[in-house]
Amino acid sequence: MALPWALRSCLQRPCVLRSRRAPLGGAAGAGLILQSLSDDVYQNLAVEDWIHEQAGLEDRQVLFLWRNAPAVVVGRHQNPWQECDLRLLRQKGVKLARRRSGGGAVYHDLGNINLTFFTSRTRYERRDNLELVVRALRALSPRLDVRVTERYDIVLGGRYKISGTAAKLGRTAAYHHCTLLCGADKSLLSALLRSPYRGLRSNATASVPSAVRNLVEEDPALTCERLLEAVAEEYAARHHVDRRVTLINPADEAVLPGIHRKTKELQTWEWVYGKTPKFSVSTYFDLTYEDSVLQVKVDMEVKHGKIEVCNIDAPEQWLPPGLCQELAKSLTGSRFCPDEATVLASTWLRTCPRDDELRHKCNLLCENVRMLM
Amino acid sequence: VCVHHIRSCSSIRFIKSKYVCLFDKSALKFSHHQRLFRTSPVSCGQIVQFKLSDIGEGITEVTVKEWYIKEGDSVSQFDSICEVQSDKASVTITSRYDGIIRKLHYNLDEIAYVGKPLVDIEIDASKDVAPEEDVVETPAMSHEEHTHQEIKGHKTLATPAVRRLAMENNIKLSEVVGTGKDNRILKEDILNYLAKQTGAILPPSPKAEIIPPLPKAEGGPIALKERKIPVPISRPIAFSGKDKTEAVTGFQKAMVKTMSAALKIPHFGYCDEIDLTQLVQLREELKPLAQTRGVKLSFMPFFIKAASLGLLQYPVLNASLDESCQNITYKASHNIGVAMDTEQGLIVPNVKNVQVCSVFEIATELNRLQSLGSAGQLGTNDLTGGTFTLSNIGTIGGTYTKPVILPPEVAIGALGKIQVLPRFNGKGEIYKAQIMNVSWSADHRIIDGATMARFSNLWKSYLENPASMLLDLK
Repeated sequence: MALPWALRSCLQRPCVLRSRRAPLGGAAGAGLILQSLSDDVYQNLAVEDWIHEQAGLEDRQVLFLWRNAPAVVVGRHQNPWQECDLRLLRQKGVKLARRRSGGGAVYHDLGNINLTFFTSRTRYERRDNLELVVRALRALSPRLDVRVTERYDIVLGGRYKISGTAAKLGRTAAYHHCTLLCGADKSLLSALLRSPYRGLRSNATASVPSAVRNLVEEDPALTCERLLEAVAEEYAARHHVDRRVTLINPADEAVLPGIHRKTKELQTWEWVYGKTPKFSVSTYFDLTYEDSVLQVKVDMEVKHGKIEVCNIDAPEQWLPPGLCQELAKSLTGSRFCPDEATVLASTWLRTCPRDDELRHKCNLLCENVRMLM
Repeated sequence: VCVHHIRSCSSIRFIKSKYVCLFDKSALKFSHHQRLFRTSPVSCGQIVQFKLSDIGEGITEVTVKEWYIKEGDSVSQFDSICEVQSDKASVTITSRYDGIIRKLHYNLDEIAYVGKPLVDIEIDASKDVAPEEDVVETPAMSHEEHTHQEIKGHKTLATPAVRRLAMENNIKLSEVVGTGKDNRILKEDILNYLAKQTGAILPPSPKAEIIPPLPKAEGGPIALKERKIPVPISRPIAFSGKDKTEAVTGFQKAMVKTMSAALKIPHFGYCDEIDLTQLVQLREELKPLAQTRGVKLSFMPFFIKAASLGLLQYPVLNASLDESCQNITYKASHNIGVAMDTEQGLIVPNVKNVQVCSVFEIATELNRLQSLGSAGQLGTNDLTGGTFTLSNIGTIGGTYTKPVILPPEVAIGALGKIQVLPRFNGKGEIYKAQIMNVSWSADHRIIDGATMARFSNLWKSYLENPASMLLDLK
């Protein structure tokens, strides 16, 4: 049950509670548990941004519970080409998002729950939050072998990762969010988080791959719904807040003014791909043409997701080097994106008159270059 | 030591600035991490080293991942300076001061150390910066300090109320043009900035206060006429928009190249009106059937098939002229392109070999191209090899247009929207007709007006009387 205006006033105006601070971590009184009505990854990430920036968190804690339809979420400073199979992603219609917190790449679907703990900057404390989650798990399944590692993961049976963590610190507020694998599609997860792109070199944050397991495999009682409730209960107990969960609609501009703009920003190519730290691609591919196999070398430098330098090197006897240079030149300055590459390559093919055989070769070359993206 | 220093400095505050210049810069640097009281005033472009504050959890080093500013930029308090990362936590470092960035101490991907200088900021002489504190405090302190800071926060650039307004709207003060004294930013400046952002012009803010009180009515209707109409004082609305220049890339670059090549072709246009009343009815009947087969049936498959039938009779429209204009190549395949408008711009995938496809097959292929196009998965094969193009701009609107031929093709047709208009039938009666306009463009070097007109008439006859297509379908 949502009370829009009450919620808005509660979140926007800084809460002027003069309650005495309870000992380390336990702030008395002010707190809120929110759950998203949407499973759109961009909308939910936008809500996180909104709460981080607009809710008065000096004296208040907020827990935000959310789930997403299939999506891959990369960390703030990661390289999507290095982290996941973008071709498979597009094929399967899985969304790609970049969050504002650090950390590695994760796969979300409705069998995974996300928990975000919002606090003031001074009360940012990850271990405490994760211990809370562990307690919630044990409340549902007392003999569950789960513990928090030094890397702020939660592992099951000492081997399987069931939760990953990331955090964002601002000037006055901070948040720590983590995932929890209840019943996600593990085969799609591992297929998507395996990058087929070779020859990429960058300083982007690399993910640390781990073996994963679903909680329902361990104990069928650990469904997403039960876990969400258990975490809410535990949070309410730990921080002395009202255990009732308030549902929010991330599309409601009245309750969350400015949320549409935030959602749009997270969906732009400039944010999702353009924020990739500078990287270089140095690779080759084999072309089969009339019973012979030729090797074509490609070198590119990509900054802000745009191709700054492009070199394509095909055997001279197969294709005149001038043509390779022309293709490279038409790709320079554009996004490292199969869409744009295709359009530019097609334009190049269209506007330069040549015979059928050369055109066929050029077509083949373009198709392969496109596969690199 | 700290307290004493402040007291001595504050008494000097009111002495002329030249004396304050004599202060040794180093006196202002404190090695104590927890509290970084800065004394005031700083003057003559005093350079202050802004140190990386404590991240928490005992972290001593982080990696600089992104700079939001560069040397020479001016910043305001609370503007974001950079993004650093430590162990899965991404931290936004914001400026504590107003001033100009003079030095960045780290490059991208370098390790930065907590407590060591991050950037050097030159503080303006005329500013009066209140003492501030490092972000990390023992929990019991920070609440009081926040309120303390708000009360004391007098900045000559903008009042706290204006700062709050800016913060609430996520506006960087450094981006707002101040129109007050000493370039002070006023509330109106923030509102104007917001107006520029939202594209609306807000009424001048003091309007409400200026309206003079209405004079008391003195006896009935006559008095009403004499009542003054309040005239708001007009203020010039400050417009601080700037021209933005960016490079032409991607889809736009492709369009520039294609259209520049098209300039070489001498275009002529030919337009006509098609009565689609019968086709509309036919489509309504066939739509559910196509749906059962999993295909969405629009009008385009009919337009495309009719065009192909027409091209069989007038193959010169499906040809290509070589560079030297010496030879015409009559293309055997009818690869009919369909212009599509995507988020990023114009793409023209084509349906291959329409001459051997049924209307249903064309519809299926169109569905496939449309879904690939919106998912950004079209290959070069789909986008090249076209011999003739149709553009259905009518789905967005319009009647007659002047389409541009896409080389190496020699003709293109643009279809306007379908309108319900009154027309006369054979008996001289008025009936409701579904009318669509078509605009053809052709290469006048190899195509003459008569050929285009005859092709158009044939195409029109197939569509106005769809049953006639049955006779010629292969």
